[in-house]
Amino acid sequence: MGLRGNASRFAYSAIAVLLALLIGAVLIGASGYSVMEAYSNLLMGAFGGVYSLATTVVMSTPLLFTGLAVAFAFQCGLFNVGAEGQLYVGALTSAVVALALSGLPPALRVIIALAAGAGAGAALGFVPGYLKAKIGAHEVITTIMLNYVAISLTTFLVKNYFRDPGPVDQTVLLPSGSRLPELVPGTRVSLGVVIGILAVALLDHVMRRSVLGYEIQAVGRNPHAAEYGGVNVRARTVQAMMISGAVAGLAGSVEAMGTLYRFIPYFSPGYGFTGIAVAVIAGQSMWAVIPAAVLFGALQSGGQSMQLFAGIPMELMTMVQGLVILFVAAPTLGSMLLGLRRRLPGKGGGRA
Amino acid sequence: MYAVRMENITKRFGNVAANDGVHFAALPGEIHGLLGENGAGKSTLMRILFGLYRADSGSIYVNDQPARITGPRDAISLGIGMVHQHFMLAEHLTVAENIVAGCEPRRNGLLDYGRARRQICEVSDRYGLEVDPGARVEEISVGQQQRVEIIKALMRGAQTLILDEPTAVLTPPEVDELFAVMRALREPGTTIVFITHKLKETMEVSDRVTVLRDGKTIGTIDTSDATPDSLVEMMVGRSLPAHDDQRVPPREAVLLELRDVSVAGRKGSRARLDGVSLAVRSGEVLGIAGVDGNGQLELEEVATGLRRPSKGRIVLIGQDVTGFDTGRIREKGVACIPSDRLKRGMVDSLSLARNSVLGVHRSSDFSRRGVLLENALREHAQGIVDKYDVRAESIDQTMGSLSGGNQQKMLVGRELGRPHSVVIAAQPTRGLDVGATHYIREQILASRASGKAVLLISAELDEVLELSDRIAVIYEGRIVDVRPTSSFTERELGLLMTGQRNEV
Repeated sequence: MGLRGNASRFAYSAIAVLLALLIGAVLIGASGYSVMEAYSNLLMGAFGGVYSLATTVVMSTPLLFTGLAVAFAFQCGLFNVGAEGQLYVGALTSAVVALALSGLPPALRVIIALAAGAGAGAALGFVPGYLKAKIGAHEVITTIMLNYVAISLTTFLVKNYFRDPGPVDQTVLLPSGSRLPELVPGTRVSLGVVIGILAVALLDHVMRRSVLGYEIQAVGRNPHAAEYGGVNVRARTVQAMMISGAVAGLAGSVEAMGTLYRFIPYFSPGYGFTGIAVAVIAGQSMWAVIPAAVLFGALQSGGQSMQLFAGIPMELMTMVQGLVILFVAAPTLGSMLLGLRRRLPGKGGGRA
Repeated sequence: MYAVRMENITKRFGNVAANDGVHFAALPGEIHGLLGENGAGKSTLMRILFGLYRADSGSIYVNDQPARITGPRDAISLGIGMVHQHFMLAEHLTVAENIVAGCEPRRNGLLDYGRARRQICEVSDRYGLEVDPGARVEEISVGQQQRVEIIKALMRGAQTLILDEPTAVLTPPEVDELFAVMRALREPGTTIVFITHKLKETMEVSDRVTVLRDGKTIGTIDTSDATPDSLVEMMVGRSLPAHDDQRVPPREAVLLELRDVSVAGRKGSRARLDGVSLAVRSGEVLGIAGVDGNGQLELEEVATGLRRPSKGRIVLIGQDVTGFDTGRIREKGVACIPSDRLKRGMVDSLSLARNSVLGVHRSSDFSRRGVLLENALREHAQGIVDKYDVRAESIDQTMGSLSGGNQQKMLVGRELGRPHSVVIAAQPTRGLDVGATHYIREQILASRASGKAVLLISAELDEVLELSDRIAVIYEGRIVDVRPTSSFTERELGLLMTGQRNEV
């Protein structure tokens, strides 16, 4: 995809967001709230001031990872609905490892704990990848199933083995040396966001420059031709799913080690699923995951302050999120509404 | 008086003018060939006549009366019928149900089956269009499905019948039957517009020919005044030189050999390939002649490593490669031109540059330590574009944005442009226009002249005859005969291909 493609994609997404906000305004108005008040709170809550910006970054960080995970799997033609489960196993593994290694120097501790979280996510990603390659089981089904397994399993493990001796089902608090360092003191913005951006850069490089990325793309776009070109389609499928799982696992690691400082069952408000929306908006580009993640993070943090200060239910913002997805993911509908229908020269008329 | 007349028809798709001021007129009761290369605008013009497209400008007359055609319904009521290249039949319904769908004879509000059958039999008897009204469409042959479509059009009162590339899906004997039907239809005055890009068929069956090129009418002539050469010149705008036919005597070295290769069919059905033994020597083209679906696909898949034979061995330059995957077979120096280029040959949403190395991307020319050498890859792609005359704006455009002929040139360039000693070319010119076909055949002959062994699998008998030193005839998965090309007559091949061995 060239620069022009990216630019028009960006413009298209921006229009989709504006349209969603417009309809959101109608809904807010119809619900008897002031649209001005709602949106000024939304904007201020998302971007107005250091604290708001920090909240947006914190809300965006897990989405950066899960969005990247899903977008990467898309490149191989795989729909990883299992980011949520991979995130849970990553989070628990990292928390447990970070606690267990308290004797090591902090830097080493953090690195090993992150790697363990990624490894756990990769291991969970391996299962649907292998089942797809071996027996053709559709990854959407298997990843959805594994979400239940992962969420319940982590809860079970915490309750029975890693429980903080308090009233709540959760692990003990990570000692400060086991945490991801804060980037901006006094906020919860941690090194996680930097790791996320590095992960984007790395996977973008893999996708555009490496033989592995080339083969994954070929498999994703036409597995028959890839096979004919000597690509090991099954191996690439498993690898793509494992990489995707590793990145989703890191989402959990970064949450556990950088934001919550512990593992808490059911802590995720659906980061794995929102990651799907992020990936859909990002389209073919890895870099586009960043603005897409920030968009959803901003709607989240802005929505919170809207609820807090203007008393407007958060659900209205969730609806706006849904509309954004709808407009981006249904391009035909969206472009029909906008009269932006792309001309397809030759298609349908070229054959005579 | 003309049965149909189209004047100054222009139709644009985006920036491309598929029809640019086209004139077309067909007389009542004639078979009118509409000839042109792929993309010349033939189908577009006829879809306009049938109301599937609206022309941007121009006028249409039916029986000299101005006609307003806004949809197929209008066309049908004006007595125009069309049989599409891809049939529009409901597979699970019977022939009769398909034919009457949309204009069912009724009795007391219910479908009057008896009357429907009688009407169908009446039409099919009159024109020799044999069908079994009670058979389900999924059970009958492609040729019969085409007859169902023709009857359907006739029963809706078609006076002018448009046939869009009707012979593309037929076996040689079926083509003869179709031509007989077309002649029978002409008798009572039905006009037939016959879209094709095949010269031989145009010469054989049509009364007059209109040639389109690049969306414009080149001219209309009586077939009796035309020669194949004059028609090619009208279609392509230049005459094509005969292939430079340097038949070097084949050397003895057998480069590719199949020994008693079989591919089992599904449980209970016959083998798809049954004990096929073939040897292709250096400097020869061995052509596989046969009606589509007699094991050609399986032969191609086995030879290129996409499928493991259930029995037998494949030997490549003295080495047993049975069970090797396509990647390893390619590494051994086999250039593979797949029969299904869209499915196997390319990734249509990736660029020409990316497609130009698919299959060789792991070689040290194009990657180092797992990283693609972008510059080498782009140079390589540009080289193919230049050398193989691929009409492309840039090597960054997607493969899917090229026309079929240019895609195939790109593919052939990729395969023949790397070191190889064996070529497996399956349907190398399927669906291509005259110019591209000519070019690709030349490339195959050039490969042969440089001592490669070429296995040519083609459903086009003319192609097999033109290129092959020897021909192997395949029927129901068996090789029924292998001989030097010159020792076969076309009639003989036709009989062998259709399994009538005893009559040869």
